[in-house]
Amino acid sequence: MANNIRMKAEHVDFYYGSNQTLKDITLDIYDHAVTAIIGPSGCGKSTFIRLLNRMNELVPNSKLEGVISIDGESIVAEHMDPVDLRRKVGMVFQKPNPFPKSIFENIAYGLKVNGQKDKGLIEQRVILSLKKAALWDEVKDRLHDSALRLSGGQQQRLCIARCLAIEPEVILFDEPCASLDPISTSKVEALILELKKDYTIVIVTHNMQQAARVSDFTGFFYMGELIEFDKTEVIFTRPKDKRTEDYITGRFG
Amino acid sequence: MIKPFITRKHQEKLIEWFFFLNGIVVVAILAGIFMLLLMNAIPAFREVSIAHFLSKPIWNPDAYDQPTYGLLPMLVSSLMVTVGSLVVAIPLGIGTAAYLSDVASPRVREIAKPAVEILAGIPSVVVGFLGIVLVGPVISKLTGTYNGLNALNGSILLAVMALPTIISLSEDALTSVPRSYEEASLALGASRWQTVILVKIPAAASGILAACMLGMGRAIGETMTVLMATGNAAEFPHSFLGPVKTMTSTIAIELGEVAYYTTHFYMLFAVGLILFIITFIINLISDIIFHKHTRLQ
Ligand SMILES: Nc1ncnc2c1ncn2[C@@H]1O[C@H](COP(=O)(O)OP(=O)(O)O)[C@@H](O)[C@H]1O
Ligand SMILES: [Mg+2]
Repeated sequence: MANNIRMKAEHVDFYYGSNQTLKDITLDIYDHAVTAIIGPSGCGKSTFIRLLNRMNELVPNSKLEGVISIDGESIVAEHMDPVDLRRKVGMVFQKPNPFPKSIFENIAYGLKVNGQKDKGLIEQRVILSLKKAALWDEVKDRLHDSALRLSGGQQQRLCIARCLAIEPEVILFDEPCASLDPISTSKVEALILELKKDYTIVIVTHNMQQAARVSDFTGFFYMGELIEFDKTEVIFTRPKDKRTEDYITGRFG
Repeated sequence: MIKPFITRKHQEKLIEWFFFLNGIVVVAILAGIFMLLLMNAIPAFREVSIAHFLSKPIWNPDAYDQPTYGLLPMLVSSLMVTVGSLVVAIPLGIGTAAYLSDVASPRVREIAKPAVEILAGIPSVVVGFLGIVLVGPVISKLTGTYNGLNALNGSILLAVMALPTIISLSEDALTSVPRSYEEASLALGASRWQTVILVKIPAAASGILAACMLGMGRAIGETMTVLMATGNAAEFPHSFLGPVKTMTSTIAIELGEVAYYTTHFYMLFAVGLILFIITFIINLISDIIFHKHTRLQ
């Protein structure tokens, strides 16, 4: 796969207060590919992925060292507003978190805060996003019902649709299936594979089969360090590090 | 094992009874106040009809030939200063709460939150004083009115007094909005202000509404401040720049001078009863809203 590098982390250290949570992470995220981040609970996967859209700078007393860049430019550069970055780098969270608004309003929200006023265009984009997120058929008759009345799996696809509506280029998924049943999980996985054509995707998962199924590259995190990063098939068939091998074969974690 | 004198079960029963009794006492006091007002208000209507009380636009108990006891002037006065204060306090209070909960740096918050609480503790007579020496002259300068002791002055002061309630309860409501809503909004490229206004305030709406209702309850029952700042002219109010005499002021001023057991005396209790009912309803509504809010969380 001859991919361009889209985002890059170089010697990234991250601290919550005085606790160092990430240690010297250097990792490339390739364009139009799915990069999976795996590792045991608490190893810093969420922390890492939340650095990529500057979500973690909301945590008081946290500190970032090293450089994270997108298209060769540091994401904390002077002229790089976190709001602009987040429009480019969307995020889907572990627990589905639709707003307590209607299905329609949930998706229109991102467009409205980004200055879109044209009602017709908003409606078009809502429909398109729901179709892309494979939710349209299930909700087309009740767009103005509360989003909170959807099932967990539908809510998560709504969150994906909401994210797609603002046309990001990179999408970050933090364990998007952790709270879903197997059928919803397979729907979301199929969706991610579909989205790969148009987007650059980073997905955190602690489900090894999921990483193997959907990703092109895999990074294994352990206690705040990136132990190994390679093509997914290499990680899952010929890992170089003993710890990676132990983890993917289920000997710890 | 020796069986203890009071078993655990008895102990729990005792505690339960203790709290039950406390509850009863509070309800009894409330009912007692209501009865006291009611018993003293009833004799007022031996000489004057209820219709007279509720419909006459004049309150003039000292008229030589025919005293009138119309509730309307003071009811309208009370509503004017209350509504006026809310017009100032609600936007300012919600704005401040949003700023404190979502935009202010932790250091600003550390200073501002205790300051708001201190504001709540300022005696109302001191606020009234400010009305006379500060707000009054300013209003007088700006509008060319005689001394600036009017409904506008009262509204501003009551706003100051309702603000702490509105700010701190609204802030609590905003803080209890699930963090996941906020994260979702920010991750979609919304700014912090957009997030507060479009996501957090709607999600906290019932808590904020309850806060405003409580602030309103505080404003309508406040006495000393309005007594000092509103001019107390016993006429039907026509403008915010004219003096008004609220229900609370009327009671406070006249109850000290009135001859006991006269119609005028009993009438003041009738006014008190109306005030009691109004504040009771406001508090009840805010309580209902508030409980609905906490149940949804
Ligand atoms: N907001 C926070 N403040 C302080 N410590 C945190 C915070 N979020 C996560 N941590 C800590 O950082 C470590 C890594 O957490 P996280 O990135 O969530 O791990 P993972 O997603 O791999 O399970 C954990 O020890 C966790 O307790
Ligand atoms: Mg996590």
